[in-house]
Amino acid sequence: MRTTLRTRRAPSRTETAFEAAVSAFLWAFRIVLVLIVVVGSVITISSGKFTLETWVDLVVKGAVQGGIYALIALGYTMVYGIMRMINFAHGEVFMIGIFSGYFAAEILDELGILNANVVASLFSFLLMMAIAACVSTLVALAVERVAYRPLRNSPRLVLLISAIGASFFLQYTVAGLVGPGIFRYPTIDILEEKVGLPVISALGMSWIQVVVIVSALVMMAVLYLFVMRSKIGTAIRAVSEDKQTAALMGIDVNRAIVTTFAVGAAMAGAAGVLYGLLFGQVQFYTGFIPGIKAFTAAVLGGIGNIPGAMVGGFVLGEAESIGSLLIIDGLGVPGSGQLKDVIAFTILVMVLMFRPQGILGERLSRSRA
Amino acid sequence: MALLETRNATKRFGGLMAVNDLTFDLDEGAIVSVIGPNGAGKTTFFNCIAGFYQIDEGSITLDGTEIQQLRPDKIARLGLSRTYQNIRLFGGMTATENVLVGQHQHLDASWIHAVLRTRDQRAEEAEALAEAGRLLDYVGLAGRHDRLASNMPDGDQRRLEIARALGTNPRILLLDEPTAGMNPAETHEMTALIRRLRDDLGITILLIEHEMRVVMDISERITVLDYGQRIAEGTPAQIQRDQRVIEAYLGRAAAEAEAERVEAQAEAERVEAQAEAAPRDTQAQDESAEAQAQASADPATKD
Amino acid sequence: MSTAAAVSGRSEGLERRLGAWKPVLIAGLLAGFVSLYVTLVGIVGTFQEREIVEDVVTVGEAVLVLTAVLAGYVGARRAPGGVLNAIVGSALVGLMAGAALSLLIILGPMVDLRAYLPNASPDLYELISGAELLGVEDARDMWRGEAFPITFWFPALVGMSLGALGGLLALLPRTPRVLILVSVAAIVGMGLFSSILRSPMLQRDATAGIARELFASNGLTITGVVLILGIVIAVYLVHRLVQPTRRFRALPRETQRHPAIVIPAGALALLIVLLLPLGFTGFIPSVIALIALYALMGLGLNITLGMAGLLDLGFVAFFAVGAYTTALLTSTGELGIAQWPFFVAIPFAMLVAMGFGILLGLPILGIRGDYLAIATLGFGEIISILARSDLLKETIGGPRGILNVPKPLASVGVDIPPDHFLAGPNQIYYISLICIAVIAFIAVRLRDSRLGRAWVAIREDEDVAEALGINLVQTKSLAYMLGAAFAGLGGAVFAALFGSIISSSINLNVSILIVTIVVIGGMGSIPGVVLGAIVIIGLPELFREFAEYRFLLYGIALILVMHWRPEGLLPSRVGREALYHEEQTMEGEPSGPPPPDPADIEPATSSSGGA
Repeated sequence: MRTTLRTRRAPSRTETAFEAAVSAFLWAFRIVLVLIVVVGSVITISSGKFTLETWVDLVVKGAVQGGIYALIALGYTMVYGIMRMINFAHGEVFMIGIFSGYFAAEILDELGILNANVVASLFSFLLMMAIAACVSTLVALAVERVAYRPLRNSPRLVLLISAIGASFFLQYTVAGLVGPGIFRYPTIDILEEKVGLPVISALGMSWIQVVVIVSALVMMAVLYLFVMRSKIGTAIRAVSEDKQTAALMGIDVNRAIVTTFAVGAAMAGAAGVLYGLLFGQVQFYTGFIPGIKAFTAAVLGGIGNIPGAMVGGFVLGEAESIGSLLIIDGLGVPGSGQLKDVIAFTILVMVLMFRPQGILGERLSRSRA
Repeated sequence: MALLETRNATKRFGGLMAVNDLTFDLDEGAIVSVIGPNGAGKTTFFNCIAGFYQIDEGSITLDGTEIQQLRPDKIARLGLSRTYQNIRLFGGMTATENVLVGQHQHLDASWIHAVLRTRDQRAEEAEALAEAGRLLDYVGLAGRHDRLASNMPDGDQRRLEIARALGTNPRILLLDEPTAGMNPAETHEMTALIRRLRDDLGITILLIEHEMRVVMDISERITVLDYGQRIAEGTPAQIQRDQRVIEAYLGRAAAEAEAERVEAQAEAERVEAQAEAAPRDTQAQDESAEAQAQASADPATKD
Repeated sequence: MSTAAAVSGRSEGLERRLGAWKPVLIAGLLAGFVSLYVTLVGIVGTFQEREIVEDVVTVGEAVLVLTAVLAGYVGARRAPGGVLNAIVGSALVGLMAGAALSLLIILGPMVDLRAYLPNASPDLYELISGAELLGVEDARDMWRGEAFPITFWFPALVGMSLGALGGLLALLPRTPRVLILVSVAAIVGMGLFSSILRSPMLQRDATAGIARELFASNGLTITGVVLILGIVIAVYLVHRLVQPTRRFRALPRETQRHPAIVIPAGALALLIVLLLPLGFTGFIPSVIALIALYALMGLGLNITLGMAGLLDLGFVAFFAVGAYTTALLTSTGELGIAQWPFFVAIPFAMLVAMGFGILLGLPILGIRGDYLAIATLGFGEIISILARSDLLKETIGGPRGILNVPKPLASVGVDIPPDHFLAGPNQIYYISLICIAVIAFIAVRLRDSRLGRAWVAIREDEDVAEALGINLVQTKSLAYMLGAAFAGLGGAVFAALFGSIISSSINLNVSILIVTIVVIGGMGSIPGVVLGAIVIIGLPELFREFAEYRFLLYGIALILVMHWRPEGLLPSRVGREALYHEEQTMEGEPSGPPPPDPADIEPATSSSGGA
């Protein structure tokens, strides 16, 4: 019987050689990366080309940028946690936040409120944040309803493609509605001033930079408490853990998912206003690259992990800010500023390769997840 | 030395010990069952052996090779294959194609050969196809080779899973509830097939099974898990007499049966006309049947 | 007491009746939203330029009209039963679609909407308030002046009538309804294509007369419309009486596949494909060449995405590598380094792209599905940043790019007179055709091989595939590598088609375009990908006004296709079955990691009590 069933026994042999080659290659890859970082840094530091002030300035800029990444990353990380999908449209939700803030600011400016006095400016700022958060939330909920909910039980690839579709739809809808040009953000003058407080003034920070970092930290803390303490937050965590069991326990899965989208979008919308005030301009595709970088931050910190998004955001912001000067410039590459974005994507690939669970992430049930 | 040896294997999920300090031997050519109440860690144990999970402590060796660090494909190459509790076939493929995927590691032709369709590659494909056909016939799927896996009835899908696993040419076959959802006749055929796998092909069989009749009928030895720990090991006759096993099973099952009885009574009071046909959860029904089988230690099911 | 109960009973009944109308009202709100959307996003305004029937209806107007009719159709379907209810429902939804525009007419100027949404222009107001039809003179002030009440009511009333029309359409029996829909589709389609069909016909004396009869300089003539209606009805009658497709389907399979049918049909199709660009002049041949080029790239990605299920959003990276390698090797300009013949450079470009595929692929192919998408997206960005950067400017020219890439035949020293049929984009078309044939051949051969089966297995269930002894990284990297090689080939042909490669061609949109082609055409299906290229590349190239809204419509198309037909327009058998199958098995397990049996991990609380 045995002989009539089988025709051959030995497994093919090419695989082992391949495995060895792959692992050798990966080691070489790691070594080269480490070498680049070390050599670049050593050359830059030993050359003494840049003063301490430059570095301090870069650290501050990195932290500010990182705060914005962190706020966007929250939306990615929570949605990924609960639906196991990359919400490609989240960057666009952020961009819509920037635009909403822009229009709110324009109107406030026309009415003469924006820079009337300190109180009015502060009120305007908060109003802009609120409007942006609301609009972003509405858009995100619409996207969830139209593009994601009907596909919730489909293969992940289907959901992912739908998300890409939603991303392009939002981008070009905005382009169609407001036009493809660049929009200059109105400035809130008091936020542009340097901070006069003792310690901070040494860092040369402006108010807007302080506001970005502080609001990022505050919003993050509030969100953390919301998810850990509130009833709906518990529901969100339960659904992230196991959708089916949660549903059996009487948790409204739909409500948990919708809340997740809403909260993430509100954060992104608020981050949009901060971004607009910080960089002063917006265009219909402004959201895409920060969106992907924020996803990188979420992966870096550990996907599904709220403090992780925070840590990932700040680490990424600093790496981008310092790295381009420290490493790339040190290697004598012209135009180091242009290659800033390369750093973020290289970090993404490296994290996925070497520590897919991220800085704060737990190991998934399967170590190679 | 046993073919598959597990030494102090431990697998945790958070604070939960899914597999707890488990030591287990599987001798070549044996048919061994792993039983235990729901949640005892049986499937987790299978997942650890097959490389789906990595154990946190201890070791697993297959024919002298440590496999606890290996990827599933490596373990498959060493001659271990498995089926799944919730059938996981490639639904978009025909039965034959499913088995051909199982034969993957025994085929040599590279993609260039496939593009050029060289003589070697054609010969190999023809051979593989013939073998797939023989395997499908062997498990009892003659005449159904070209059906899409997803369109087959459950019983056939379970057979196809076995045929696919046989395609990898295993020395050890892990069967996760091979008779789940089958009627007595199908169960009987499946038991016969499993026995033939060992007798004809010399494959060592390790199975998880809920159906006690099957377990007692087919197993040479039985290992009982509870809370991830081994609570008993021995021949079917020994297990049936083992006090701890009876407690583990009976304690829970009796409590469940009692709860169910009360529920059924309440139901009967509400709907008098349908007292006889009070709706019951099938799972609970299975378990109570199991409990009865255990409690009476029915001599008819003994070897 | 009893009266109160009666009142509450009555109001309950009323509530229930109103509840039945809720879907209609929701449809109305959506319809209003859609009509506002198409106007404010600029689609209506942009398409005002192009007419379907000369001096009768423009594309922009047609968009609005069809929105209202469709709204009415939906309204009739959602209304509670009964003919009257259906008509009322459709009119209501149509009314709401139009009323949204009425609101726009009043509120838009009031809040100076144009300052924020540039499409809310006087021209738009003029259009939607029917100024021309109503003969309102002072268009600029009409929404304030004397004509105001009429212009305000105009869109709402028109919307209501069109909605009712849509409702009637829904009530018609199937046959006349299909006939009307097909006629409308034929007229709209022919109207859109009129200028494309007209210019080649005018150049031949035999057809010039017909062209003048049928097509005006912009859109169809009335004669044309009548003729199209006649043809539609004639075709319908023939179809009804002879029933060719049903008869063909009724034939046994062997007869359908009989050589006497297959060979002539295949030969005819081949002949059409080969002669296709010769029938056109002007910009059409280059559109055809572009379609062929994108079909070629789509087939390359089809191996990665369609067969192995790896969502690669970094296609542009390998496209860039292929294009720049070819340009460097063949260019006669200052950046060219070798001036090799194109046909020697091609395999080299493919090899380099393949090398990059391995280099970038190996580190990340162990990652699960959707992380792969974002990592490859990162690669695409890295390469496009590098292409623009100063770092490589001296080698590949940065934004100015590499120029003077010769046409393939010129690069091997074949001089072609400018009026020869191979002179222009046609030679690229034929080269692309050859490449398509080769890739399709390879794909078909691989599909039925060990590797192809392993790909499908990985796509369907990665864990099970691995447990069967399939080395995931190796199998995936082969798919990725082949995809990269064909992307490089696409880049090479691209550089030859345009005679240059510049850094602005290297952007994410290339990747997205190709993914869209494959997904919309049908993952894993070769005819599907070709159809995808025709739809995704061909249509927007033919309608230049449309360019702005290309990606908007792609986005909508992606969502809709995933919603209604996730297997694509022309699915392969495997893809179709796989998606449906996966839908079933995925339900409980949305996550990638293997399914830990929840019952097996957690001791059931109910049963532990008795132990």
